[in-house]
Amino acid sequence: MQALIEIERLNLFYGSFHALKNISMDIPEKAITAFIGPSGCGKSTLLRSLNRMNDMIPGTSTHGSIKIAGADIYGKDIDVEALRKNVGMVFQQPNPFPKSIYDNVAYGPRLHGITSRHKLDEIVESSLRGAALWNEVKDHLKRSALSLSGGQQQRLCIARALAVEPDVLLMDEATSALDPISTLKIEELAQELKAKYTIVMVTHNMHQAARVSNQTVFFLNGEVVEYAETEKLFSNPQDQRTEDYISGRFG
Amino acid sequence: MSESTSASNRTLAVSGQPGNGIRIGNGRMLDRKNRLRIYNRSFRIVCVASAVFVCLILLSILFFMFRTGILTFRSVPASTFFFSTNWDPENESYGAFLFIFGTVALTALTLAISVPISLFVAVFLSEAAPRWLSNALRPVLDLLVGIPSVVYGFLGLTILIPLLRDITGRQLTDGLLAAAIVLSIMVLPTISRISDDAISAVPAKFKDASYALGATRFQTVFRVMLPSARSGILYGIILGMARAIGETMAVVMVVGNTPQLADSLFKPTSVLTSNIVMQIPNVPFDSTWNYALYLMGFLLLVISLLMIVVIRVLQKKGVKA
Repeated sequence: MQALIEIERLNLFYGSFHALKNISMDIPEKAITAFIGPSGCGKSTLLRSLNRMNDMIPGTSTHGSIKIAGADIYGKDIDVEALRKNVGMVFQQPNPFPKSIYDNVAYGPRLHGITSRHKLDEIVESSLRGAALWNEVKDHLKRSALSLSGGQQQRLCIARALAVEPDVLLMDEATSALDPISTLKIEELAQELKAKYTIVMVTHNMHQAARVSNQTVFFLNGEVVEYAETEKLFSNPQDQRTEDYISGRFG
Repeated sequence: MSESTSASNRTLAVSGQPGNGIRIGNGRMLDRKNRLRIYNRSFRIVCVASAVFVCLILLSILFFMFRTGILTFRSVPASTFFFSTNWDPENESYGAFLFIFGTVALTALTLAISVPISLFVAVFLSEAAPRWLSNALRPVLDLLVGIPSVVYGFLGLTILIPLLRDITGRQLTDGLLAAAIVLSIMVLPTISRISDDAISAVPAKFKDASYALGATRFQTVFRVMLPSARSGILYGIILGMARAIGETMAVVMVVGNTPQLADSLFKPTSVLTSNIVMQIPNVPFDSTWNYALYLMGFLLLVISLLMIVVIRVLQKKGVKA
């Protein structure tokens, strides 16, 4: 498979804390890659490096390179806003804006200059269909997004991310605040979305990684311990630490 | 047999235990229940009485102002009082329109100047400034809120008015503009600090969501932060407005105190508050003049209550969207 994201010798520091240590990996396109590992192992940090959300945290310094479709996203000539448009993100807590369902989805396209009502209507419908939410909300698009359930809110956030037509979708423990049925819906959705998008997900839930992903990366203390096809990593881990983690001996 | 009975007794005793505290029984339990009931009742009565007391104060203020003010209409027709601009009590002319107009215009002008500036100050403090700078500026603004208004008026009189004279080349610059500038400076710390708190309280997850969609900082502030902080900002504006409407001393010192309609920003004029305070010491107790001043005080109350109601309604509409 074609690699869309190439990470080379990435080191990241929060102040003096060495959060990511010499990470190199290729993430293939149109597949789901899962990052697993115990809390504080750096998996979320790496995910947030892929759309440069770490820039917001004061005292962060990044060394090495991350290329997405061949362009170094930490290069000098990079447009961070365009990068984030291209690399969408879904957060741990559903975070729809306190606006209507329609305005939530239309927020991104409006940012990037689309004003035609007709065009916005189309984008809102196709994004909500893409996030498997259209049938539930099509009759009350003007209602506040905060009136939706947690699982619906999270799918709305996915729709909102899809509305700016990204290539990559980052999911930062996107189901950890949801009930099992909503979680299942999001997992099914991820399976459908991987036909069009490259998905990178961080998850605390090993079963989820095993169920959903094509590749799995196991992190420990800011390092990559093992990176393999999901089936292989869970059935036949090469590293003792991976085996200990997936069999529940720590973490 | 006996063993099983004692076992079931034990289970009953154990399961009955949590209920003991709320069971109605004899002796201590009853005491506790009565005691709680008395506490709850008396607490409730105190709360309700306090609420009624506050309402009574407001109503009685309105009533007493109204009772005296309404006597004006025994000798002055309402249409003259509300729509005539001729205020000349020595010659029995009681047209208060110019004061009403002055108060409304002054408040509107003050908000037009102070709200945009306050919002920029608030955005700067909460979003743009480095932390050490906002930590230094916030206490300074909080101190400015507490400066007595007469000091602002004094500074307006000695600094602002000569300055306006130099800029415009006019002889007289006392008037609405000078008063509005002084009031703007006065309410600016209030509005900007409350808005600053409201913007700072917007959850970071909204900001993250906006940035993650490729928004710039400017877009995030104007499309997410300010709308989310809207009700807090409106609250700040209400407080600022209430201060501006009722402000007397600072206005008296720069507005010119001449009973003529302000058809220019620089024409000396008078507003409800400044006119009351300038004339009330000199009027006979049982005169139409005195009643007219009371009526103006009542109007002032009604205007500020109305404005607060209007903003409340706006606020509710805003929350729904």
